[in-house]
Amino acid sequence: MSGGAAPLPWWIDYALLPLANLALALLVAGLLVLATGQSPLTAVAAMAQGAFGSGEAVGYTLYYATDMIFAGLAVAVAFHGGLFNIGVEGQAYISGLGVALVCLYLDALPVWLVAPLAVAAAALFGAGWAAVPAWLQARRGSHIVITTIMFNFIAYALMEWLIVNVLIKRGQMAPETRGFNGGGLLPGLDRFLPLAPTPLNPAFAVALACLLLVWLLIWHTRWGYALRVVGASPRAAVYAGIRPARLVIQAMLLSGALGGGIAFNEVMGAQHKLLIGFTGGYGFTGIAVALMGRNHPFGVLLAAVLFGALYQGGAELAFDMPSMSSDLVVAVQGLVILFTGGLGLMLRPAFVRAFGRS
Amino acid sequence: MRGIDKSFAAVRANRGVDLAVARGHVHGLIGENGAGKSTLMSILYGFYTADAGDIRIDGAPVRIADSRDAIRHGIEMVHQHFMLVETMSVLENVVLGAEGGALLARHLPAARATLRQLAADYGLEVDPDAIVGDLAVGAQQRVEIVKALYRGADILILDEPTGVLTPQEAADLFRVLAALRAQGKTIIIVTHKLREIMAITDRVSVMRAGQMVGHRVTAQTSAEELGEMMIGRRLAARLDKAPTALGAVALAVAGVSLHDGFGVPRLKQVSFDLHAGEIVGIAGVAGNGQSELLEALSGMRAFDSGRITLPNGAIVGPGDPADAAARRAAGLAHVPEDRLRTGLLAGFAARESAILGYHEDAAYGRAGLLDWRRIERHTAALMTRYEVRPLLPKLRSALFSGGNAQKLILAREMERDPAVLLVGQPTRGVDIGGIDFIHRRLLALRDRGAAILLVSVELEEILRLADRILVMFDGAIVGALRPDEADERRLGMLMAGAA
Repeated sequence: MSGGAAPLPWWIDYALLPLANLALALLVAGLLVLATGQSPLTAVAAMAQGAFGSGEAVGYTLYYATDMIFAGLAVAVAFHGGLFNIGVEGQAYISGLGVALVCLYLDALPVWLVAPLAVAAAALFGAGWAAVPAWLQARRGSHIVITTIMFNFIAYALMEWLIVNVLIKRGQMAPETRGFNGGGLLPGLDRFLPLAPTPLNPAFAVALACLLLVWLLIWHTRWGYALRVVGASPRAAVYAGIRPARLVIQAMLLSGALGGGIAFNEVMGAQHKLLIGFTGGYGFTGIAVALMGRNHPFGVLLAAVLFGALYQGGAELAFDMPSMSSDLVVAVQGLVILFTGGLGLMLRPAFVRAFGRS
Repeated sequence: MRGIDKSFAAVRANRGVDLAVARGHVHGLIGENGAGKSTLMSILYGFYTADAGDIRIDGAPVRIADSRDAIRHGIEMVHQHFMLVETMSVLENVVLGAEGGALLARHLPAARATLRQLAADYGLEVDPDAIVGDLAVGAQQRVEIVKALYRGADILILDEPTGVLTPQEAADLFRVLAALRAQGKTIIIVTHKLREIMAITDRVSVMRAGQMVGHRVTAQTSAEELGEMMIGRRLAARLDKAPTALGAVALAVAGVSLHDGFGVPRLKQVSFDLHAGEIVGIAGVAGNGQSELLEALSGMRAFDSGRITLPNGAIVGPGDPADAAARRAAGLAHVPEDRLRTGLLAGFAARESAILGYHEDAAYGRAGLLDWRRIERHTAALMTRYEVRPLLPKLRSALFSGGNAQKLILAREMERDPAVLLVGQPTRGVDIGGIDFIHRRLLALRDRGAAILLVSVELEEILRLADRILVMFDGAIVGALRPDEADERRLGMLMAGAA
């Protein structure tokens, strides 16, 4: 009978509550901006303008949102199985290797052939990197949070070594591969649709398709049902004849594969080469995206667009108001993550009191 | 307590409830689940504050905002699940929260003396240096009572005090309560067991649907009258049980043993046959291997030695992995002891809980998909046939009352006419009307030729339903009797390992 678990109409849980959290975050962020002697209203306006003010702005926002969707889905799928996958960053990084190998060696082929191969390689490499922590969790009980964090570091070290010593273009200083040619270049969406030229590319469509597929998988298949049972109560899973270990491994493989989407978007879709640190922390932001989206694909979409807007708007803000340090922009983003993710349920008891079932 | 009102959102848990308890009496408070007795006692103990009404002690109005206030007014509660630190000694537990200063060592001798005095006054014998975790359940409950008295309790609330006790331990408890009453203490017992009410209370108050139905002097009422007040309709007379038509062996258990993760033996050479058309009751105090037996039989857990022959003739041995799905396929159904985390999923909709264990059934959708509309229709049909209220297949499972949640599980497991049904604690936390319903359904399934293994800590339930009774103690079957030769005394001796 306490406020925490009482039922509320879905639109409060999935729409009103996140919006209220966002408003609260922006309020505190506004105070922060005020404390540095700037006008919060000008800052908000600059951010909104930067994120949505033009076709170009929207393109960049959605390009960032693509990474957020993949990352958020990766975290959400694992979470439905009761697993906290902190390793999306590393899985996406290793996926970059798969995408780059396909693009480097096969870019003589037409792009419509290379792109699906790159997607497959991204998924395979991401799943492969998730496989070891998954196996350790399922068969040895090593905690997935610890192992995936450690695997992030291994991924950093491995990729740096590979890029600096093996894959680097000969005769250049910058630690990156050569640029892809011909079939390795995923055209921007502006080539197909009347849009401003931005890095927004078909990976966005792949991300939207993944949202739909994950929704179907989790809520409308026997496998998704079994996964949710494992996540809700491993004991009930054993009772139901579901093998938790098997599902834990499968869910982690799928999670890693989804994280690979970041590499497809970045390496083949935007950078057109493999460079150090291309994942840019999106894998970690995915945790906040999934939390804010309540692990539901639709929520993940909304949260991903919000975080995409924060990235893009924040970049424009730092550009428009040079007196605002970029650290302040990061602080604002952090506040949004804190209020929508970490403190996501703080306001819920108040809503229960206000809208409690009647 | 006068005119107590308490609402949770739209649910009015208490409506104008009056309760007067005379000093030095044992007062019983009975009612079905959800009748509002727990809410009322929680208000008295300060867990909740009432929306309206007042509380008077010895005629003086008091304000009880939290349990600290309650303790200050001499009100103490012994919870159904003990609030003891198992790794500490009895003495340390008793002084917990009333240490009397930062330097414990200075106060412990005084506390020890007080404890000795309490033991002498009320016949509450406990070893102050024993570690609580080593004590039997009945002794732990005594520690709870001693703790309450140590803190100066005048009014003692006991919530379902005999739920986990053997008959002997319950008898001991009743003696202690009599001694407390003789010393002028006031005792309120919250229970759903009519037999206890009749045995030890002076007066009894009956609640139904948030309201007080009536008060009686125990000596001037009968179990039938109280039961009728409680459920608002006449209790059905004893169940008419058709004689058993014993069929072939449906489940054969031979020499099954298992150890837990710490190497402690939990089942010791358990052997029995379960025939079609009979109900075999496993009696025993909770924790004597019944749970492990159910888990081993239902395929939730592998075992170390012995073998199990399933209804389809398949034999499961010690090397085989736990596989509940294979057991279901062989004709075994299982109603587990733990309802909200095993039998169904608290956070899932009823329709999702209604397919737990059967989600691979081809009837629920094509190929790998689940057809929720079809499942919802199926769930609604189950809920109708088993009188699950409210009839809302999309309602979260946790929001059903204990009895309705249990009926949903029973519906799921029984509607497939399994050859063997394993049932653990089928009526724990279920109201009287629900108990009657569940018992009739179990008997009907037996009459259709199913073999039923009934594990219950409620002796009355076993005596009522079982055609044969096996008693478990310390992981082994220590006795087998027919219900007509099993009186509660003999059963109690076996259950306590004393026979």
